[in-house]
Amino acid sequence: MSKNVTIKEGKERYQAGVLPYKKMGYWQPDYVPKDTDILSLFRLTPQAGLDPEEIAAAVAGESSTATWTVVWTDRLTACELYRAKAYKCELVPNTGPGTKTEAQYFAYIAHDMDLFEPGSIANLTASIIGNVFGMKAVKALRLEDMRIPVAYLKTFQGPATGVIVERERMDKFGRPFLGATTKPKLGLSGRNYGRVVYEALKGGLDFVKDDENINSQPFMHWRDRFLYCMEAVNKASAATGEVKGHYLNVTAGTMEEMYKRAEFAKSLGSIIIMIDLVIGYTAIQSMAVWARQHDMILHLHRAGNSTYSRQKNHGMNFRVISKWMRMAGVDHIHAGTVVGKLEGDPLMIRGFYDTLLDIHTPVQLEKGLFFEQDWASMNKCLPVASGGIHAGQMHQLLTYLGDDVVLQFGGGTIGHPQGIQAGAVANRVALEAMVLARNEGRDIWNEGPQILLDAAKWCGPLRAAIDTWKDISFNYESTDTGDFVPVATGSN
Amino acid sequence: MMTNHNGIVTQGQFSFLPPLTDVQITAQLKYALKHGWAIGIEYTDDPHPRNTYWEMFGNPMFDLKDPAGILLEINNCRKTFPHHYIRVVASSAVRGVESPTMSYIVNRPKKEPGFGVVRQESDGRNIRYTIHSYATDKPEGERY
Repeated sequence: MSKNVTIKEGKERYQAGVLPYKKMGYWQPDYVPKDTDILSLFRLTPQAGLDPEEIAAAVAGESSTATWTVVWTDRLTACELYRAKAYKCELVPNTGPGTKTEAQYFAYIAHDMDLFEPGSIANLTASIIGNVFGMKAVKALRLEDMRIPVAYLKTFQGPATGVIVERERMDKFGRPFLGATTKPKLGLSGRNYGRVVYEALKGGLDFVKDDENINSQPFMHWRDRFLYCMEAVNKASAATGEVKGHYLNVTAGTMEEMYKRAEFAKSLGSIIIMIDLVIGYTAIQSMAVWARQHDMILHLHRAGNSTYSRQKNHGMNFRVISKWMRMAGVDHIHAGTVVGKLEGDPLMIRGFYDTLLDIHTPVQLEKGLFFEQDWASMNKCLPVASGGIHAGQMHQLLTYLGDDVVLQFGGGTIGHPQGIQAGAVANRVALEAMVLARNEGRDIWNEGPQILLDAAKWCGPLRAAIDTWKDISFNYESTDTGDFVPVATGSN
Repeated sequence: MMTNHNGIVTQGQFSFLPPLTDVQITAQLKYALKHGWAIGIEYTDDPHPRNTYWEMFGNPMFDLKDPAGILLEINNCRKTFPHHYIRVVASSAVRGVESPTMSYIVNRPKKEPGFGVVRQESDGRNIRYTIHSYATDKPEGERY
């Protein structure tokens, strides 16, 4: 009997001792995934000389029912159902002998839905990214994508507000939102902090944002920040006749404290609060429930994600975080800029945006979307582009990122030579001029710089912004790139 | 007078640009029609940021596909309400949107007095804010 063949249920299968995972039923190349299965794609780098299919089976085993040895107590359960099944394992393109990269494998694994508690990201992740990442037999392991079945998706609330309702509440249609993060990140007093918020909003931004690490420090107690920011928001709203907001970061050491801060934000009339990814999946879900109950938009800053999402061979891809965060119920998530200072390959970023915004995503390998995903009417989550972007890139930003995005120009607003209001004016004029031109059918990718220069003839602040930042770009190689290049379809 | 950069209410997609010409408006109408969106015309003399329901100058023009015809309606609205705010709103009926997709102002009063902030001192340092439109102290139709 080949070592690849599963030993059938029965006495032989349950003899005490150690069996390869493949033989225990965790490798089933003939398995046809059910519509209700949760599907995962892992990138495996096996230790030298190990059979990749055995490793794939080990990942399936350790993320479901298996332990390192045979246990007779399996026979008290419907264990064949509960075993996750590795059903496909193939060499990753451009890895292995003859390439610069050691062999990696894409392992497809199916988990029965009954392995997971409804409505719990914590429970889902405890299996999928639990023990398996520490197994000695894998040199490196990365979770690349997941397919969440509709039935399981429906057990999650999803974004508290959603893009459509956020636009209706904010009265902003047909263009990206504009935002900025208050700078310096740390050190401003509440009074000085609110000044930045007021100037940026009055100048023309829709949102200003607390940074991820501004909570309640000696230089500024959180209540001071909230009070001064709401003065700024209301004053700017009156000065422009527009609905505006400031993401008040309620991140704190305990849930009790976060609820307290969120309640205070609500009592002051804030329309939006903010949390950091580092508070954890359960805390995020709790805040999403709170946000929906209180008509609050919920912004998520992805603090910490690059510790595990950036390297291509280990950790998890950001598209999986995007998927989980849409399920967990946040309304905004930072998802890359393409042209800014932070990591991002254009097609990979588009894959994240599609994951957050589409009602259905087909398989698109060039964007890193390995599974078809039906979003089952779940609200859309608004991607946020933040970090090293400025008005002079508006044509690129609009082309790459589209309308459903918050463009956050922090330094690009506050660092403007004529002041913060002028910085905001420059960004808003650049945006409106570019949207107008795109809608008129102009080729903004090529004509963009000229469109900006034309607007700068009548808009001094835009002129100054272009002069200040015209040479700024961040052209570094991405680390998280696609494995598949786009190919033209046969019919063309 | 309002003290923001342009001294005007900046709601809508294009309030930071010079007022749109009829040629520019026509191009935007074509963009909406190309996407299959229905175009409606709305007017108000209460531009409070949370005044969602401006008056409709007729129903959205679901079946009118000619931008020239829609521009004619915009100009009719301008003639009827020359001192009101008038906006063009495009709406998508596509599943997953089913909401406005464009909104831009095409007419506004010559003088825009704007809004004041009313601060009601509350417990502790809390303040309850009300944004008050100076124009709405007068009755509807007599404001601008």
